[in-house]
Amino acid sequence: MQIDDTDRRILRNLLADPAMAVAALAERAGITTATCWRRIEKLREAGVIRGTQAVIDWRRLGWEIEVSLRFTLDKTHPRAFDEFIAAARLVPEVLEIQTFLGQTDVRLNVIARDMEHWKEIYRDRILTLPHIQDTEALMLVSSIKDTTELPL
Amino acid sequence: MIALDDTDRAILRALEQDATLSAGALGRRVGLSQPACWRRIQRLTEQGAIAGRRLELDLAAVGFGVTVFLGIKIGTRGRVSLEDFERAVTAIPEVQVVQHVLGVFDYRIKVRARDIADFERILRRRILTLPGIGQVEANVLLSEERLPGPLG
Repeated sequence: MQIDDTDRRILRNLLADPAMAVAALAERAGITTATCWRRIEKLREAGVIRGTQAVIDWRRLGWEIEVSLRFTLDKTHPRAFDEFIAAARLVPEVLEIQTFLGQTDVRLNVIARDMEHWKEIYRDRILTLPHIQDTEALMLVSSIKDTTELPL
Repeated sequence: MIALDDTDRAILRALEQDATLSAGALGRRVGLSQPACWRRIQRLTEQGAIAGRRLELDLAAVGFGVTVFLGIKIGTRGRVSLEDFERAVTAIPEVQVVQHVLGVFDYRIKVRARDIADFERILRRRILTLPGIGQVEANVLLSEERLPGPLG
């Protein structure tokens, strides 16, 4: 699907506020509510808009620790990525799995209730994942910026 | 800290998949009437368990096909103000995430670019010119998946 400037205006506003009402969106994009509605439907059907998800504030729920774990995998094993990722999916504290081209092969975003809990997760469920060659942890101190907005 | 019961967890799990679910549809799934479910969602939002919504787009379709994560070290030579660095890096429109971390890097940032050439432009003109910038490591994102987290 080719998207035009009006679509981009709609998406830019939706990215800034995914809960924005269609009427307000239409006004900002300079179109009628009915047109705006149809355009959003088209963007959904074409898969440009994949969905809207609630973002959970894990800290508020008592998960104080957030760690970005970077892994280098043993790539001499042909199924290293598949097996590592399949096993990581089974760890409930893993929030995100990303694969990369670069020095890092895979990154996991992991949360824990406190340091004691973190040590337990790290030792019992992370270091036991298959095909790890090396791992490095970056502990989140503070989030300075976190947005999905894009300069469309 | 917010204490959740099983019904709250079921609601959060469902909204993590689709935040646009109506209170009626969600209520039917978790065994609540529409008004009771609505009140729960209101409470979870007011208490801050739900931090907001995230719109998921097919980024390649809107012209942002490349995502790069950068690990950044702040140079130790000269006195560098972290505030100056943070202010400058958050002002870059293609930078969606800035995290202050503890580990082999000082900051982790996420950059969305149109293509590799665009990324190179952002890296050279905007990132490498940041005040206090030291060592930079780049990893190009290949795949990304989000998991529901410990709500089981």
